[in-house]
Amino acid sequence: MSLTSTEAGGAQVVTVNAQRIDAAMAIQFKEDMRTETEAGPERVILDLSHVDFIDSSGLGAIVAAMKQLGKERKLDLAGLTPMVDKVFRLTRMDTVFNLYDTLQDALDPEHAAN
Amino acid sequence: MVETFACSFKATEIDARRGVVSVVQRLKDMGIADTRVDEVQIALAEAVNNVVEHAYAESATGDVLIRCNLHPDRLWVEIRDAGAPFPDAKLPEGKPAHVDPNMPLDDLPEGGFGWFLIRELASDIQYQRNTDNNQLSLCFEIQLTQ
Repeated sequence: MSLTSTEAGGAQVVTVNAQRIDAAMAIQFKEDMRTETEAGPERVILDLSHVDFIDSSGLGAIVAAMKQLGKERKLDLAGLTPMVDKVFRLTRMDTVFNLYDTLQDALDPEHAAN
Repeated sequence: MVETFACSFKATEIDARRGVVSVVQRLKDMGIADTRVDEVQIALAEAVNNVVEHAYAESATGDVLIRCNLHPDRLWVEIRDAGAPFPDAKLPEGKPAHVDPNMPLDDLPEGGFGWFLIRELASDIQYQRNTDNNQLSLCFEIQLTQ
């Protein structure tokens, strides 16, 4: 399993325990996300702070994970490292997800804004 | 002076990962800034993924050969494979998949970003189909840090 999951502040926090979400990892990631988020809080925060590289397959898998959650739940992303952030911005996927610098910011957005 | 190195690996997802990671380490060791190598890595990984997924899709899995030529102001990364040529022997246009925060969830694209990222990050791209292999070259402007 590439993911671990906890609850904090009424949200489910899913942590990716891998350095890369690449083509070799994308399908497993998508399946693991399905298992982890089958039921649970409306808000899911994906903690990407251990991930230092993502390619277009990995990006697609994160989009697929959001679709799996359905319209009633949402997927926010936290802890984007520079290369992951770059891929999200280049593809404009940064306009689709709420991105937070750290997991703490995601759990306490008001604090993050100050 | 031009510094050169090459490596090759089997065109599978897991070997491609190891191959890309090893090239990235060599480029950092040569003194290219980490942030620049990051950009090279994004483009290189997409190009290699395409070889794994498309070039060898209809044939036995062959090898990927990567050769890097570092000039004082630029890096050329050449990727060769013995798989099928690009359709019509032309590189994909790489138009970005449409992404819009207001579009329905189900319409969000899950792919179609690879060639867009390559074209966005490389300053020059050359492709030639040889008798039995594809030769794709990506150029990146470089300022050496050491």
